[in-house]
Amino acid sequence: MITRKKMNPQNNSKKVLIAMSGGVDSSVSAALLKEQGYEVIGATMQIWQTEGMEERDNGCCSLTAVNDARRVANKLDIPYYVLNFKDIFKEKVIDYFVREYTAGRTPNPCIICNKEVKFEALLDKAISMGLDYIATGHYAQVEFRDGRYLLKKSFSKTKDQTYALYNLTQKQLSQTLFPVGEYNKDKVREIAEKYELGVASKPDSQEICFVEDNDYGKFIAEHIDSDILPGNFVDTKGNILGEHKGIYYYTVGQRKGLGIASNKPLYVVDVDIEKNEVMLGDDEETFGNTLIARELNWISIEKLENEMKVFAKIRYGAKEAPATIKPLADGRVEVIFDTPQRAITSGQSVVFYDDEYVIGGGIIE
Amino acid sequence: MKNIYLDHAATTSVKPEVLETMLPYFTEKYGNASSIYSLGRENKKAIDDAREKVAKALNAQPKEIFFTSGGTEADNWALEGIAFANQTKGKHIITTNIEHHAILHTCKFLEKQGFEVTYVPVDNKGIVHVEDIEKAIRPDTILISIMFANNEIGTIQPIKEIGVLAKEKGIYFHTDAVQAIGNIPIDVKDMNIDMLSLSGHKFYGPKGVGVLYIRDGVRISPMLHGGAQERGKRASTENVAGIVGLGKAIELATENIEEYNTKLMKIRDRAIRKILEKIPYSRLNGEEKNRLPGNVNISFEFIEGESILLMLDMKGICASSGSACTSGSLDPSHVLLAIGLPHEIAHGSLRLTFGEENTDSDLDYLLETLPPIIEKLRAMSPLYDTFIKNGRI
Repeated sequence: MITRKKMNPQNNSKKVLIAMSGGVDSSVSAALLKEQGYEVIGATMQIWQTEGMEERDNGCCSLTAVNDARRVANKLDIPYYVLNFKDIFKEKVIDYFVREYTAGRTPNPCIICNKEVKFEALLDKAISMGLDYIATGHYAQVEFRDGRYLLKKSFSKTKDQTYALYNLTQKQLSQTLFPVGEYNKDKVREIAEKYELGVASKPDSQEICFVEDNDYGKFIAEHIDSDILPGNFVDTKGNILGEHKGIYYYTVGQRKGLGIASNKPLYVVDVDIEKNEVMLGDDEETFGNTLIARELNWISIEKLENEMKVFAKIRYGAKEAPATIKPLADGRVEVIFDTPQRAITSGQSVVFYDDEYVIGGGIIE
Repeated sequence: MKNIYLDHAATTSVKPEVLETMLPYFTEKYGNASSIYSLGRENKKAIDDAREKVAKALNAQPKEIFFTSGGTEADNWALEGIAFANQTKGKHIITTNIEHHAILHTCKFLEKQGFEVTYVPVDNKGIVHVEDIEKAIRPDTILISIMFANNEIGTIQPIKEIGVLAKEKGIYFHTDAVQAIGNIPIDVKDMNIDMLSLSGHKFYGPKGVGVLYIRDGVRISPMLHGGAQERGKRASTENVAGIVGLGKAIELATENIEEYNTKLMKIRDRAIRKILEKIPYSRLNGEEKNRLPGNVNISFEFIEGESILLMLDMKGICASSGSACTSGSLDPSHVLLAIGLPHEIAHGSLRLTFGEENTDSDLDYLLETLPPIIEKLRAMSPLYDTFIKNGRI
């Protein structure tokens, strides 16, 4: 097993581009890489810009983020660049996000950004500039074993971000470093303080970086040509319960903000684009047993040949649940859970784990 | 590692003899120019001396020279000052689409205040045509603001002809001459210029100080309200050291202008010739001869200027690009788009601006370093790959 870390004299000649967001994790990553003997170059991808949004400070792409990242790079005495990824981000992430949403699915833009932008376009750029690796502040670990690069959960299980990284290819994993993967958040903040990076107390970013105030409905409304039309809330039998303000404001499993009075808590069970209807049901009705996943990427295995027992995670915050995965003839995969799962949402990703290792994952149909 | 500075349009180093004149004003001559005692008076005199030097360099009168915090402030002042003081006459302003953001963003601000702005386009060589300006003139036009020389592609505008036109039509004429000072001899009387902006750090003077020349008799509202400094038009305690430095720097720049230009043009022309010769699919942006003596702006197809800059930086060469992201803007240069470059080629441009300390061997180093960088980046470029395979993108 190869691990790349800790004052390895071989690191001396290796050059790493660290993607810096101005936050504590990527800042500490830069510090750790320098400590480990790499030649470190910091960079922030500037990916999104709208008037009046410049002063937001919780996304990974605001001007404040750039200023914070630059200050940290100066503190660590590493070169720092701001790289223009606006066009590719628009094409690969924003347009995808809008397209998926308007097709009635709920995409995870961070996953697609990692797949198409960070570990594809940025990595390519770093390699074309003669660098050896890129690094990010993700909580994850990479191991090389028996001829394959493995994606392993971070040391701190509560921070683990492998879910958002399941699309990494073997080549990408071989060129990627996750310096904070083996630390817990407290230790990371401690390192930030040690290096006086001035970011130790910054809150973690939570929202999708390009959607202001987490208001997806408003964002979609601004990015599509057609008007968003109100429609009906219906129950699972098709009875009309009330009026919704436009289907893009709702996602499967949602309970808050429905504006429907009922004697029991109601949840979004389904969104029907064709009929412009949002189906509501009780807690039980949001549960499902199976799903089909497409666009799969495999990490610990070359491909899925036979049925396999796994732990499957159906959204970023979900708990892993025991399941069986079965290859289908057309390359898709059927996932059968041992027990029903709440709010299996089309467009989200399902990621399969074997203990601490990512087997692979795909997009829920 | 080598460190070769080829970005003189961004800023220049302060000349030692300029710095020397400035230093006493930080320490022993620290007085406030508005005070009556000798410590104050000698400051007042130093400012007036600098004012005379600037006036002499522009063929203006000292009372027409107003010190500001830089070129941006001078541009803001010229536009807003004229707009607000003359709005009863009209609310229309004419400028070009290749101005510096200090002009363009001020125009956007004025548009929000109810003014109308016509952005006259330039031709594909980056030159504005006097006829086009004439066509844009309306009865309510109060100001024409045209940059003297462009900061990105270095093209020099027909300022004298525009001056004649503006005078004939009775419209105020402002020029942003930030890039031109020290490179082009300027005579505000001869050129009929009513207002002119300049900035100290572009001609080996200090940062944080600039000038707005305002012809005597021009109706303009004050920039800053407060004390009586700068004839009550631009309040604030004077930046004496900066003003003194700017005075010395403009004096030196005007004295040596011919020698300096000859040297830079030689390097510039060789750089253009050699780069275009050594690197295929490259093109010069902007008129070839009618450009600033130190300015080279070349587009390299299939790649991004940003990557070129980073790799040059790793080799110790400081340059600039039409898509400098650090400025906070992600769009390709408005100047390169204005001269008709497609989006992707505008992204792949490199600006080199030579200056005082550059030598032939600096250029040799650039000519050794640049071609392999372009080649390497093209080797990684999917656009280039497609082009080589299909003969087109």
